Amino acid sequence: MTDYTSEFDDIPGTRVFTAQRAKQGYHLNQFCMSLMKPENRERFKAGERGYLDEWPMTEAQKQAVLDRDYNAMLDLGGNIYFLAKIFATDGLSYLQAVSTMTGMSIDDYQQMMVSGGRAPDGWRSVKDGT
Amino acid sequence: MARITAGLTTSHIPAIGAAIDLGKTAEPYWKPLFAGYDWTRDWAARNRPDVVILVYNDHMTAFTPEIVPTFALGCADEFPPADEGYGPRPVPVVRGHADLAAHLAQSLILDEFDLTLLYKLDVDHGLTVPLSLVYGQPDEWPVRVIPLAVNVVQYPPPTGHRCYRLGQAIRRAVQSFGADVTVHVWGTGGMSHQLQGPRAGFINSPFDRAFMDRLVTDPEGLARLPHIEYVREAGSEGIELVMQLIMRGALGPGVEELYRFYHVPGSNTAVGHLVLRPLDEWS
Repeated sequence: MTDYTSEFDDIPGTRVFTAQRAKQGYHLNQFCMSLMKPENRERFKAGERGYLDEWPMTEAQKQAVLDRDYNAMLDLGGNIYFLAKIFATDGLSYLQAVSTMTGMSIDDYQQMMVSGGRAPDGWRSVKDGT
Repeated sequence: MARITAGLTTSHIPAIGAAIDLGKTAEPYWKPLFAGYDWTRDWAARNRPDVVILVYNDHMTAFTPEIVPTFALGCADEFPPADEGYGPRPVPVVRGHADLAAHLAQSLILDEFDLTLLYKLDVDHGLTVPLSLVYGQPDEWPVRVIPLAVNVVQYPPPTGHRCYRLGQAIRRAVQSFGADVTVHVWGTGGMSHQLQGPRAGFINSPFDRAFMDRLVTDPEGLARLPHIEYVREAGSEGIELVMQLIMRGALGPGVEELYRFYHVPGSNTAVGHLVLRPLDEWS
């Protein structure tokens, strides 16, 4: 869109939550916010599909939620701090939920973090391969 | 006259709050992290300000997709701990300082920082975890707190330069407050971390350590760092580091570094903590 936003596309494995993505994900993120109320968490858990159908989300957004496919949710305008309401409802920690986006098991991801985290080399720039 | 007598930076990782609340701080995973704050808890007990201006970000707890204020100042008498989906943290209600907050609002807006003003605000882990790290588990927080919430979730967040300038304006505003109160400014968030996508778990300790160095000695230069460099070198959520520049601007040109701690990991995140004292409280 602009140089400012297109620059972020050069960062590997990252979807920066821009104003454009915020608009795209508005209803997905509003659904997430609804899960901050205990009664809504109970209703969602009792029937996920029916609860999702109450929101004007796209079918792809609803399917991504049902699949707990967090990378797909990010692609469709979600942001981690909204999506946190979903994994809190599932009883998962940030670390447990975040690990699912990396293709690693929770244990392997946890071990990587304890060993100092994901090293920057190879994760800085698609274009430069650095 | 009011004056700013110290500043600090600290990460505000939610899992730290959970570890405190669930009594896990002595576990092997957490023990080194909490030991890194021993010095600060002792220092804080001997250097208690009347008010902490606490710069943090809301994690889509009080704010929603409907309203995205870049800078929002908490002007209420009190701020309840928020329910973030796991139930509210068992910590005291945060008491505000409405007189100083009203003065800050007036001073900063007339100084051309067009803040959003909040008269109702539930505060999430971004604000309560730093209080727990510094003051432990008291029945009442020993200080009044004025929350300053910064959007670092939706891009673009404010530039580092704007944050630094806001800090300088906060300094001018505090110094023009008539009552004799002492103020600390805390800049929370960071260090490097990324909570999304295949790159999640990103940590860059050399960048973090250099950021801490430059925050102390070269804040003007550091304030020019563009957003893309934060994302590239500190991860998409590492952009929280711009908030530390607000604290630094508020301390004036020269500071003495009293204490530093750096540790990996706290959950998904690198933990960084600095305690600074302004060399001249009136400059």
